[in-house]
Amino acid sequence: MTGYRLASGGLINREKSVSFSFDNKIYSGFEGDTLASALLANGVSLMGRGFKYHRPRGPLTAGSAEPNALVGVGHGARREPNVRATTLEISTGLVTTSQNCWPSLRFDIGAMNQTVSPFLVAGFYYKTFMWPKSFWEKVYEPIIRAAAGLGTASHEADPDRYEKAYAHCEVLVIGAGPSGLMAALTAARAGARVIIVDEGARPGGSLLFEDDDINGVSAHDWTDGIIAELDKNDNVRIFTRTTVFGRFDGNMFGALERVQKHLTEPDQDRPVERTWRIFTKKAVLASGAEERPLVFGDNDRPGIMQASAVRHYVKRYGVSPGKCCVVFTNNSSGYRTAKCLVDYGVKVAAVIDSRSNPPEEDAGGVKVITGAVISKVKGSKTVSGILVTREGDLENIDCDFIAMSGGWNPNVHLACQLGTKPVWDETIAAFVAPETGSDFLSVGAVAGRFSLTECLKDGAEAGAKASKACGHKPKPIEHFETSSDNLFSIEPLWNIEQSTGKAFIDFQNDVTSKDVPLAAREGYRDVELTKRYTTLGMATDQGKLSNINGLAILAGATGRSIAQVGTTTFRPFYTPVSFGALAGANRGQHFRPVRKTPVHNWAQEQGAVFVENGLWLRAQWFPQQGDESWFTAMKREVKNTRENVGVCDVSTLGKIDLQGPDAAEFMNRLYCNGFKLLQVGKARYGLMLREDGIVFDDGTASRLAEDHYFITTTTANAGPVMTHMEFCHQALWPEFDVQFSSVSDQWAQLAVAGPNARKTLQKLIAEDLSNEAFPFMGAQTVTVAGSIKGRLFRISFSGELAYELAVPADYGDSVVRAIMAAGKEFGILPYGLEALSTMRIEKGHVAGGELNGTTTAYDLGLGKMMSTKKDYIGRALAAREAFHRDGRWNVVGLLPVDKTQKIHSGAHILNIETKPSMKNDQGYVTAVAFSPMVGQWIGLALINDGTNRRGDEVEVWDALRDSYVRAKICDPVFYDKEHVKLHA
Amino acid sequence: MRINCPYCGPRPNEEFNVLGDATKTRPDADKATAQDWLDYVYERDNPKGRLEEYWHHASGCRNWLVVKRNTVTHEVYSVVAARDYKKTHPEGVKK
Ligand SMILES: [Zn+2]
Repeated sequence: MTGYRLASGGLINREKSVSFSFDNKIYSGFEGDTLASALLANGVSLMGRGFKYHRPRGPLTAGSAEPNALVGVGHGARREPNVRATTLEISTGLVTTSQNCWPSLRFDIGAMNQTVSPFLVAGFYYKTFMWPKSFWEKVYEPIIRAAAGLGTASHEADPDRYEKAYAHCEVLVIGAGPSGLMAALTAARAGARVIIVDEGARPGGSLLFEDDDINGVSAHDWTDGIIAELDKNDNVRIFTRTTVFGRFDGNMFGALERVQKHLTEPDQDRPVERTWRIFTKKAVLASGAEERPLVFGDNDRPGIMQASAVRHYVKRYGVSPGKCCVVFTNNSSGYRTAKCLVDYGVKVAAVIDSRSNPPEEDAGGVKVITGAVISKVKGSKTVSGILVTREGDLENIDCDFIAMSGGWNPNVHLACQLGTKPVWDETIAAFVAPETGSDFLSVGAVAGRFSLTECLKDGAEAGAKASKACGHKPKPIEHFETSSDNLFSIEPLWNIEQSTGKAFIDFQNDVTSKDVPLAAREGYRDVELTKRYTTLGMATDQGKLSNINGLAILAGATGRSIAQVGTTTFRPFYTPVSFGALAGANRGQHFRPVRKTPVHNWAQEQGAVFVENGLWLRAQWFPQQGDESWFTAMKREVKNTRENVGVCDVSTLGKIDLQGPDAAEFMNRLYCNGFKLLQVGKARYGLMLREDGIVFDDGTASRLAEDHYFITTTTANAGPVMTHMEFCHQALWPEFDVQFSSVSDQWAQLAVAGPNARKTLQKLIAEDLSNEAFPFMGAQTVTVAGSIKGRLFRISFSGELAYELAVPADYGDSVVRAIMAAGKEFGILPYGLEALSTMRIEKGHVAGGELNGTTTAYDLGLGKMMSTKKDYIGRALAAREAFHRDGRWNVVGLLPVDKTQKIHSGAHILNIETKPSMKNDQGYVTAVAFSPMVGQWIGLALINDGTNRRGDEVEVWDALRDSYVRAKICDPVFYDKEHVKLHA
Repeated sequence: MRINCPYCGPRPNEEFNVLGDATKTRPDADKATAQDWLDYVYERDNPKGRLEEYWHHASGCRNWLVVKRNTVTHEVYSVVAARDYKKTHPEGVKK
């Protein structure tokens, strides 16, 4: 509890205080603070507990790689777990809570895990919980999940909005630090369309916490000047609070914009987050570098943080993490921190440099102990001092916080996400971004160039190169002078063996310096295996801080160089992205569109119960008394249709209008049966095959003129048939002179079926509908209700005297009402999908259950349809011998022997007195219905050699219900076998 | 990945559906052997590198295209309408 607000400094608004809560206690900070900086300013450094050992933790960083200070934010439906306190901007009313602790952050029972820690080493889960298997699910996992795990999410629906958007530019600059700003400025001045993106609330990157002068101006003023210029330029878009999380093919980048994520009460009219897809000609990566921790005992104590994070808190937020600091470093960064603290009046007890002969650097007058390491950290929830080891000598130093630097890891992720490996650079002891072609340029720290002058020059050059490649004329690059240009020097220090206590490599997943060598000893020497065995780098920070230390220790344990060990694969996402942001507006009812037919409103008025059928909503049945069951309604609708007349909405059928001189020949190629000789004014049932000889789709097609066909498809295949026809026309036979278009939405189509169908329709239609004038399979243009031009087809799915009347979609509603009015005296009733299905099964018509992608025309009993006189899709392979052999499963009817018994779709067929097995399987039930006409349950089935086995009795075995029903194989036509009614 | 549709210009790949190898030509019904058909319907190489494929601009102009691309880098080399490809490759591509 030793951090405090400095008297002055920081990019915060000291005029505006902000109150917020952490673990039910109210604190106050300033506008511009993050949760971490505000808590530190209030003397709070304990912000979370470790994942595995539940050790106390404070912030390690001041940015998005934070592994420790993860908190829950908000309450109720807006509660979000695992938010990094180091990037969370505070606003009035912000509610935050600590995680991974029970019953409280300061007293946590899970911390007992420390005392049993020998059991929690790498691979512990694998080894201990392998056997017995059932124990894993029932015993071990629930216990482990309850005790460990990160924060908990809200179980309520997310009340906020998200959206997806696209952006296009010539030059995309990722990161608005010194390199990125110069790249964007140079490209923008050349006239290029530029997008510059930064994850922070404020652009500037390292310039926000390093106060060097640039060309005689302070870094802050210099940054503000550039932002102002970019802001004014219409060709430039600046995205802040936006993280580019992934690089994809064709120079496309994914980015997450946190539009209002930093507000406690977001504006409901705007999204809280927006996922961008940014398409660019050239990309400039200026993502900087992340300082890596040093691996020494108890390096996870609250109060120990990156040296650069200390500068960040001091200069950007005007907060000192403590009253007296010790700096532990192996490179130049530590000295900058020591000097910075001295400049701001914070005491620094010593700089401990592991190098024996470091180059001279300005430590601000602080005592430097070279060739030394920290061998012990005192204190548990805070730091109270350290023990320094130098050539065997020990020294106690009192301090309450430690700034550490083990070097820098360039943020190479985006440069490597398409598969290129980063390159090891010995001089800076780090992997740097690889070259990946002229469309993607890495500049500044990510390319391993750490000095400010280099970064500015690098950025300017990349901006010039990128804009020039887009056809612009960049101006010559200016010369930069900066106030500090010490060369970066480092001597690697990977593992500090002199130190005691757990030395953490991966802070978030609690992987220690002992776990990696253990994994190597047990054979997990490959870096990808080590990662999975130890969980190193698998946390939400994706190894930004930990990977290089882990690789180096693995290299040491296996006698290889770091370059030989290599890195694990870099994949999106750079930082976590919420599911909400990825889904955007596609949630709930907006997940997919709902299609309603032109007569939907009418059906709704009739009280129809609707069912989803693909995207369609279709009337399933029409209850007459409120809550009447589908079963009663279906029986009434079937009987009424078969005895009087019924009307059914069949508008969902796919409809394709085909015209052109070669229309007849094209039809002949599409269908296995002939369409060339079909008379004008006639409809025909057609079967389309796939090129492999399996049935694709069926439906009727009518010839309206010599060069004009009207095709209908099944509802499900409306899209696929259209696509198939387009392929056939464009890729196979472009020489055919035909045009076709989907007109599914242009026509409302109504089936009018039953003995009184003609009488009903004749009242509305001017043309003569007598059997002589308009026989079965007639198709003609008609005039409906005096003026509406429609198309009438005498086709029947129900097996009754039936018509399908198509009228322009906008007339559908009035025409169905007219039909109902006309049919009233004949007892007309609407019927839904249930009655339609029952009647098709009664008539043995095949549908989706039988046209299931495995059946041939023969299997369906439609073998005779296949023409031998023409070429068509599927002809050659349908002729394959195996498709004609006995023993194929073909469509038959199925009738329970006991009339009271029911059979179910999907049940399997067994010969009597055989046991269920793959070998004994004789087929399965594809469709069932209770037939009001037959008076019992009936079914269709695909049965081994079924056509030749009519009359045989079989067992219908339903594994789900564990039932056996004795049934008889029969003809699939159950009702009006001679099809007399059809021709009435 | 973006595909430069000859009719619509560069469009994102989610507007397209891919069908596969475009170098096969449907055999002549009068002359083809069973082997020819087998080859046309089932045999597909899965090359690492250059590939010519049918893509359908399903959520766009509904034209079938032949896209020459790299299966490793997803770089698109060329895009032509299938009907034009057919004219220049009447016999398909021999390998
Ligand atoms: Zn197109």
